[in-house]
Amino acid sequence: MMSANGRFGIHGGQYIPETLMNAVIELEEAYNHYKNDPEFNRELKQLFDEYAGRPSRLYFAEKMTKDLGGAKIYLKREDLNHTGAHKINNVLGQALLAKKMGKTRLIAETGAGQHGVATATAAALMGMECVVFMGEEDTKRQALNVYKMELLGARVVPVTTGTKTLKDAVSEAMREWTNRISDTHYCLGSVMGPHPFPTIVRDFQAVISKEIKEQILEKEGRLPGAVIACVGGGSNAIGTFYHFIEDKDVRLIGCEAAGRGVNTFETAATIATGKLGIFHGMKSYFCQDEYGQIAPVYSISAGLDYPGIGPEHAYLHDSGRAEYVPVTDDEAVAAFEYLSRTEGIIPAIESAHAVAHAMKIAPSMGKDEIIVITISGRGDKDCAAIARYRGVKYIGDEV
Amino acid sequence: MSNIKRAFGNGKAFIAFITCGDPDLETTMEAVKEMEKAGADLVELGIPFSDPTAEGPVIQGANLRALNAGTTTDRIFGMVKEIRKEVTIPMVFMTYANVVFSYGAEKFMKTCSDIGMDGLILPDLPFEEKGEFLDICHKYDIDLISLIAPTSENRIAMIASQAEGFIYVVSSLGVTGTRSEITTDLSSIVTAIRENTDLPCAIGFGISTPEQAKKMADVSDGAIVGSAIIKILEKYGKDAPKHVGEYVKSMKDAIRQL
Repeated sequence: MMSANGRFGIHGGQYIPETLMNAVIELEEAYNHYKNDPEFNRELKQLFDEYAGRPSRLYFAEKMTKDLGGAKIYLKREDLNHTGAHKINNVLGQALLAKKMGKTRLIAETGAGQHGVATATAAALMGMECVVFMGEEDTKRQALNVYKMELLGARVVPVTTGTKTLKDAVSEAMREWTNRISDTHYCLGSVMGPHPFPTIVRDFQAVISKEIKEQILEKEGRLPGAVIACVGGGSNAIGTFYHFIEDKDVRLIGCEAAGRGVNTFETAATIATGKLGIFHGMKSYFCQDEYGQIAPVYSISAGLDYPGIGPEHAYLHDSGRAEYVPVTDDEAVAAFEYLSRTEGIIPAIESAHAVAHAMKIAPSMGKDEIIVITISGRGDKDCAAIARYRGVKYIGDEV
Repeated sequence: MSNIKRAFGNGKAFIAFITCGDPDLETTMEAVKEMEKAGADLVELGIPFSDPTAEGPVIQGANLRALNAGTTTDRIFGMVKEIRKEVTIPMVFMTYANVVFSYGAEKFMKTCSDIGMDGLILPDLPFEEKGEFLDICHKYDIDLISLIAPTSENRIAMIASQAEGFIYVVSSLGVTGTRSEITTDLSSIVTAIRENTDLPCAIGFGISTPEQAKKMADVSDGAIVGSAIIKILEKYGKDAPKHVGEYVKSMKDAIRQL
């Protein structure tokens, strides 16, 4: 699927400053070496199982299934991982790789804060220095995660440029990497950026679909009709899709953040509203104006509030293998509340986008069909913001 | 022969960068004219981009001001056409790959050629991705300028041997912006470049004072200055052109006789 120069179809590549080229080449060589190294894989598996709590559960959502009255719904519980999201899978892999490469310092961008918390966690565990770049807007939306990162020993740098959200945090982390390379690994949090990041992050997240496949075959003796995940950059989605790509009867559905709607400017739905471009090291689809200026996107979800999508998703879209659908703020918030009340599971507002789409399609599917929704993270971090969205005042809310 | 070579025919070259449209295109046009009068040998015209990942805070600010003022690629093309009625020194565009890609590379290069641009610098287009635009650049006689960084090491021969126009040597790690000190061993980098090409090399990133320019031009063929000029624009706004001219003269005077 991927050619030697890091392309997925026409997408991907390495559109980065010359200053970083040897760093990404060194990373690719190290990764190609360690990915087949039994000792590396043994250590990573131990971290996954003993530290992160893998495998994560595949939970049959019986009440939700009955309530919607159609397809049988399973939830892949990445929210139960240590640090509360799928982000830890990638971070443990990259931190271990960085350590083997002799790096002593991790830098990262973060949107909702889950990747930042995961990186700070891995840095604490492995005795590495950690600096996390986070849009100033997001440090407000996700103040608790800022505190957590600092508690874990990381330094959080609020990014005040541009829209002060995830895209600006990525730009600032890239700038910092060009400034300090020799001891520093840029622990990129999604399947985006220059090659080899989209491949490395996908491989570490592919454990999600590997487990889903084993678990669903054990429980149901057959594959699901569809797997559904939310997509910002697209790391939990590619993790959810990867081992099903060759199983053509399994629909792969990615849910983009439509914000206030794909017909408004306040959206982050890249496949629905973007066009082909080159940004943040990769060729892919981006929300942009007619002159190629990157659009100031919007979503209630800080983790999906990004104007691009990973190159492998762009390719899966081009080839028609995966479907990408927009989900609005309103639909995501309704799903956030629905899953909380129906199953007693508070999903991340990002993951609620996937739940919302499942709620749309499950009723019209047959009772013998199965869909798996990846709950990429838990929703504790979102409670204050959703309360504000609903106009609820509660103790502890500053406003 | 590339027109850019002319920039290196008057002693050590002084290369001046300006972001188009900061604070407006009229000011940019006047500033470029002053630069030429003051002895600038080549001008880099920055087309603003919303997310300039290779820039420090000073040039990021200029990009933002220019975009907020309504600057577009088409308006910049119009301005260059006006400038070319008077200004004859070589000029290159400096922008990001998406600006060229989204405009349509063919249309972009054809217009560049029509209005008298000589080259293009894209900091997010390394050697491996040059193929994206190289053939179209050649078709319209636009030199696609290569950058070489302190981390390039084993890549220098490959990049230099296939470069065109001039070689942009990045003085330091990090992004653009003035620096109090430049510690990279630039003379050994320039030596390695010269083993692989006859093209001139100019050093940029972090240069702001005549002393720094002298030191950099001493080990290469010229000095490139951006952020220090943008600071003058930021300070004086529409009144900046004459101050820019004075500054460029002081810099060119410092390196002319090397």
